[in-house]
Amino acid sequence: MTDFLNAIVLLLNFLVIPGIAYGCQLALGALGVTLIYGILRFSNFAHGETMAFGTMFTIIGTWFLQSNGISLGPIPTALLALPLGILAAVLLILGTDKLVYKFYRKQKSTPVIYLIASLGVMFFYNGLIRFIIGPDDRIFTDGSRFIITAREFKEMTGLDQGLAFKMTQGITIVVTVICVIALFWFLNKTRTGKSMRAYSDNEDLALLSGINPDRVVMIAWVLTAALATIAGTLYGLDKSFKPFTYLQILLPIFAAAIVGGIGNPVGAILGGFVIALSEVSVTFAYKRVIAYLVPESWAPEGLVQLLSTDYKFAVSFSILVIVLLVKPTGLMKGQSI
Amino acid sequence: MSFNLRNISMFAIMGFMFIAVGEFNSWSTALFILNFCLISAIMSMGVNIQWGYAGLLNVGIMGFVALGGMAATLVSIPPVQGAIEAGGSGIVFSAFLTAISIGAIYFAYKMLRGGTRKLVITAISIVSFFVIRHFFDPAVEAIEAYDSAGTGNLGGLNMPIMFGWILGGILAAGAAWMVGKISLGLRSDYLAIATLGISEIIIAVLKNEDWLTRGVKNVNGLPRPVTVPYEVEIQQSAYWIDLAERWNISVVDLSSIVVKLSYAALFAVVLLIILYLSEKALNSPWGRMMRAIRDNETAAEAMGKDVTGRHLQVFILGSAVVGVAGAMLTTLDGLFTPTAYQPLRYTFLIWVMVIVGGSGNNWGAVLGGFVVGFFWIQAEPIGLWAMDVITSGMAEDSDLRTHLLKSAAHMRLMMMGVILLLVLRFTPKGLIPEK
Amino acid sequence: MAFLIGENMTGGYGKGADILHDCTIGVEKGEIAVVVGPNGAGKSTAMKAVFGMLNIHTGRVMMDGEEITSLSPQARVQKGMGFVPQTNNVFTTMSVEENLEMGAFIRDDDIAQTMEQVFDLFPILKEKRKQPAGELSGGQRQQVAVGRALMTKPKVLMLDEPTAGVSPIVMDELFDRIIEIAKTGIAILMVEQNAKQALNIADKGYVLVQGKNRYTDTGEALMADPEVRKAFLGG
Repeated sequence: MTDFLNAIVLLLNFLVIPGIAYGCQLALGALGVTLIYGILRFSNFAHGETMAFGTMFTIIGTWFLQSNGISLGPIPTALLALPLGILAAVLLILGTDKLVYKFYRKQKSTPVIYLIASLGVMFFYNGLIRFIIGPDDRIFTDGSRFIITAREFKEMTGLDQGLAFKMTQGITIVVTVICVIALFWFLNKTRTGKSMRAYSDNEDLALLSGINPDRVVMIAWVLTAALATIAGTLYGLDKSFKPFTYLQILLPIFAAAIVGGIGNPVGAILGGFVIALSEVSVTFAYKRVIAYLVPESWAPEGLVQLLSTDYKFAVSFSILVIVLLVKPTGLMKGQSI
Repeated sequence: MSFNLRNISMFAIMGFMFIAVGEFNSWSTALFILNFCLISAIMSMGVNIQWGYAGLLNVGIMGFVALGGMAATLVSIPPVQGAIEAGGSGIVFSAFLTAISIGAIYFAYKMLRGGTRKLVITAISIVSFFVIRHFFDPAVEAIEAYDSAGTGNLGGLNMPIMFGWILGGILAAGAAWMVGKISLGLRSDYLAIATLGISEIIIAVLKNEDWLTRGVKNVNGLPRPVTVPYEVEIQQSAYWIDLAERWNISVVDLSSIVVKLSYAALFAVVLLIILYLSEKALNSPWGRMMRAIRDNETAAEAMGKDVTGRHLQVFILGSAVVGVAGAMLTTLDGLFTPTAYQPLRYTFLIWVMVIVGGSGNNWGAVLGGFVVGFFWIQAEPIGLWAMDVITSGMAEDSDLRTHLLKSAAHMRLMMMGVILLLVLRFTPKGLIPEK
Repeated sequence: MAFLIGENMTGGYGKGADILHDCTIGVEKGEIAVVVGPNGAGKSTAMKAVFGMLNIHTGRVMMDGEEITSLSPQARVQKGMGFVPQTNNVFTTMSVEENLEMGAFIRDDDIAQTMEQVFDLFPILKEKRKQPAGELSGGQRQQVAVGRALMTKPKVLMLDEPTAGVSPIVMDELFDRIIEIAKTGIAILMVEQNAKQALNIADKGYVLVQGKNRYTDTGEALMADPEVRKAFLGG
């Protein structure tokens, strides 16, 4: 029985909790991609860089607060600096829309042209970020590291295996829940939110109903910038901030959005968790879990790892491929907000 | 291309720029840039085949380039006998098992329907995964253990490296077939995302499968194509020493120039062959049909054209060209470094070339490759110089100054992004527009 | 002059050939005007021209004595025109209630009363108010579409083939509702395939052929005209 509990704790500690935290980060990222897809109908390749840009300003704000001795105690100071990051990302993205995307909207360009434009934007952001903060790793997590440390857990339960619940994981989950509730409240209960859903559902009819397209697009960008900054900051807190990783995270984010049904916010969240949990569970080494569950003589020699962590992108890609082959519209019906 | 004054003069200006670099800087640098531009032009043509002919968006060019590089490496390096004895049979057997399981999945897909099919295919996949790993893992371990400091991989075929160019094209075509099969016929964005995914995976494989590519340990000293001499040979040859004396330059400089010129000649031949074939194809009934499909997919479909099939064709062709160029690039470098493949450099830069040059026009793609390639390399010294001028008023030890000087290298990313956006907006047809 | 009238309209889509040639359609307050004619006669085009969805290079559109020829469709909605497109005329992923709410998007006052009126007109919608409109039957969807357009409290309601693809029973039901709407003083301009049934309820009928007015009279008179009967109403 104790062995069984130990195995469960081991799984929770190294698989479930990190998976959920990562899933939250992906879900927030995918929500941004899906919002833009629903309103402007293109896959925004600059989304990863938007995340990095917002996070960068959050970090700068954090440094400023830290140097002035302001902190939130056990909670990372970055949360206090988040509004600055969001503001910076919103300004950047609205400026980009004015200078780049607005023109193509007037032209009624095809999605593929938007997509290429977003590649150019991504290029530009990429350079801008490296120009301002450099390409190196930045760790900006402060406050206490754990909500529950492994040792405390062991003392509490008397088990061999400790369950460490990191502060950043807890923050990720809480912030994500708040964001998701706020977003769905906005989309389903407010007039502006409903008008966005209407625009995404049927653009022509929305225009007939007097919904202002410019306003809808603007709000979509603002929401996207905010979600991207929050997702990027949570990811950076949990792991670390390195501009390059935000380029790489684009693939799992796209996969999450498409797997869930692109354009569908509920789908984006679902997709985020599907991708994150599969990524973590396929690259997890089950050796110690199995060792607890089977008699000693059966204990495996190898790591019992399906794929090395270097191939985590292959996991999101494979799931994406399977979904595209089996159900191209995604798990939830896509293409609308 | 209509050989009008405008187009010819643009190529001429490009030529003068190389001469200028040669005269004012050094001929070695000029030829280095030229070789880079030749290869870039081929990649740009490959992407142009996909985007310009058919409107297909490939955001994973890097992956196809890297596959080409791997092909050049594996064809040219000598085999490692010890490693093959240690694990070769295991690898071959796992490959054989993989083939069997793919066959079984295909068979199940054809023969079964509905729920049973899903179940059977899932079962086959899971079982074969573990069985294959059972044979594959020990083999890999044995290979990587053999002389890991020197080789640690199976080695290659010890054949002329130019065969690797062909293999590079074939491998890239194979990968393109797989991606295309899955994502063509769906929304246009999906191909973009799928190619992004496959390129990340290809790079991950190249970095981590040490038994195959030595991974991050890199492969050095690839043999040169037979037509390209080695510097040492030149420096020891009486003929060249004599020539160098007569021209009054050092034989070391001369050897470097001769080597680069040999590469340039070889690359130029490939470029011209591909350009000729592309032009032929573009002006054939096939090319006209491709453009008809691009301009109005619905109408073409209504006329009974197999749009998805044509797209697959063109996607494979374009990727193969990129694969060949990737193999050439690795040949030029003489070494294979999986970590050097960066999406911004190998995917987005090529995109800028295609858009700037003129999508849909082969000559435009070539010119784009030259212009953008040239500025990509020159932007670094220019950027540094500009930063130096800007910051010259600041104190020598100013933090801002050091930061700005350090960041100058990133300026060119921003510049490329801005160029792409400006061209896309103000001259979407590029330097040499489609006819 | 009629309350809403498109006079001597000539024009077509974009830079394409003219579809309408000197075509005139109009409607009075509280009346139902029906545009009928063979396929490709430009019926829908004529109505879209009145609504400003295509450019007419000659002729003009007047509403309540005011010229509105150069206004955008959105601006015409503000002026009191309601338009129900033939297809894609509901927000399929949104509930019935939300559809109505979106219909009233331009209004800043309390919309509860108007919504009650729509529910009184179409009681089934009240029952299904929380259901996504995409899950409703064809006839119910048309009711949502009409209800959505009514939410702006329009002075004119324009319907593009409201009975396309619904069963005869549903069609009769829908026509009854349309009569009721007209009785509240709203002018109704409608394009119909089912010419006979539509002319039956029409105060005024327009028969268009190749973008031109062929016959214009009261619905009753057109129904009685043997030539019209023979050529357009199947005898």
